[in-house]
Amino acid sequence: MTASLRDNIDWVGYVDWNVRDFHGYKTDAGSTYNAYLIRDEKTALIDTVKAPYAKDLLANVASLTDPAQVDYIVCNHAEPDHAGAMSAVVAACPQATVVTNKKCAEILGSYNGTGDWRFQIVGTGDTLSLGSRTLSFLETPMVHWPESMMTYVPEDKLLFSMDAFGQHYASSGRFDDEEPLEDVMAQAKTYYANIIMWAGKPIARALEAAGKLDIETIAPSHGVIWRKDLATILGAYADWVVCRPEPKVLVVYDTMWESTAMMARAIVQGAMEEDVAVKLHYIRANDYTQLATEVLDAATIAFGSSTLNGTLLPAAGGALAYLKGLRPACKAGFAFGSYGWSKGGAKAVDDVLQEMKFDILREPLETQYRPGPEALEECRQAGRLLAQKAAQLASEMRKEA
Amino acid sequence: MKKYECTVCGYVYDPEVGDPDNGVEPGTAFEDLPDDWVCPECFVGKDDFEPAD
Repeated sequence: MTASLRDNIDWVGYVDWNVRDFHGYKTDAGSTYNAYLIRDEKTALIDTVKAPYAKDLLANVASLTDPAQVDYIVCNHAEPDHAGAMSAVVAACPQATVVTNKKCAEILGSYNGTGDWRFQIVGTGDTLSLGSRTLSFLETPMVHWPESMMTYVPEDKLLFSMDAFGQHYASSGRFDDEEPLEDVMAQAKTYYANIIMWAGKPIARALEAAGKLDIETIAPSHGVIWRKDLATILGAYADWVVCRPEPKVLVVYDTMWESTAMMARAIVQGAMEEDVAVKLHYIRANDYTQLATEVLDAATIAFGSSTLNGTLLPAAGGALAYLKGLRPACKAGFAFGSYGWSKGGAKAVDDVLQEMKFDILREPLETQYRPGPEALEECRQAGRLLAQKAAQLASEMRKEA
Repeated sequence: MKKYECTVCGYVYDPEVGDPDNGVEPGTAFEDLPDDWVCPECFVGKDDFEPAD
């Protein structure tokens, strides 16, 4: 199966309908590993696929040209979902030179036995003529690995953007205008939040560099190719790189005997009195993937855990460890939780929120055993505070924009 | 004061700017950064930095 982007530029990747766990990321909509073939005076393959699907990629290539005729294999990223099939592809393309940057060649060498591969090392600004078309390279470190790179074809105004603008989204349509935009954008948001939220600054720099290019088509390494709604995805990225807050409150919790859950619901009640979106997220009823996506655009967050053995619950600890690594920017909020004979859970949450540079809106909200009417009113009050702050932050960011 | 570049991701530590997001005041020399300071963009330690040209 192939799909044409331009005359003699084709998608030759693999649609992975079944993948549901991508190193912990719950890929409910599957994914694709996108590879592209450019046939000109010289033939270039742009990236490969996951190792198990090498034969599918090679069959796609063979349907268009003899793999022995491939002159170049461009590697924009050494991660195994894109470069896992490199060894098999290099073996099937005996004439091919692997075109990549220095760091990428080193990492490829660690994952694969590259001793007998021919390399051509390129960097930002370097070009490679294929005949009527040119490949122009742009290194984009930390978008999202140190060796990440994009490849641009000026004659076609086509950017192979690697993981940027990607989505874990398996579909029959290869292009944005062949799939429901809402579904694609939801997966683009989940992808951004879970894979690259932590790299906002490097992404902003890459966007600035790519913004100088004349682009009509963005071909990422996962999901659909952008040829119609580029403004939508570029606009969303402009918001996401700064974690632009929506007027949205998120209340996250884990609970032991329902007391922290009662507090969470009271916080939600209070927040709902204001004109903001409010979401309640019970950690053990959801996965970390959904949590990170909700965090991306929430202006304020209350995070709760009961006290177990003098500290927070393990699922709450896991969720916080995941979120801390993703480094969501510019969040405000507070910790809460119920305790029994000794405190510790809410304080442990508060410590992590401080490490994450949250604007801490109040001291940890704690209640002993069951929250009574007074404690629940304090929770509602804290919920109102959370909502008012969310409205204020979202309004300030709109003004700045 | 000298600028230092991260050999992993290319981030440049500029002592005039410091790393205020991580509690490092402007005017802090690279040598005076705490031993547990890490690259704010890719998390590697000071050992992976080299003087920038």
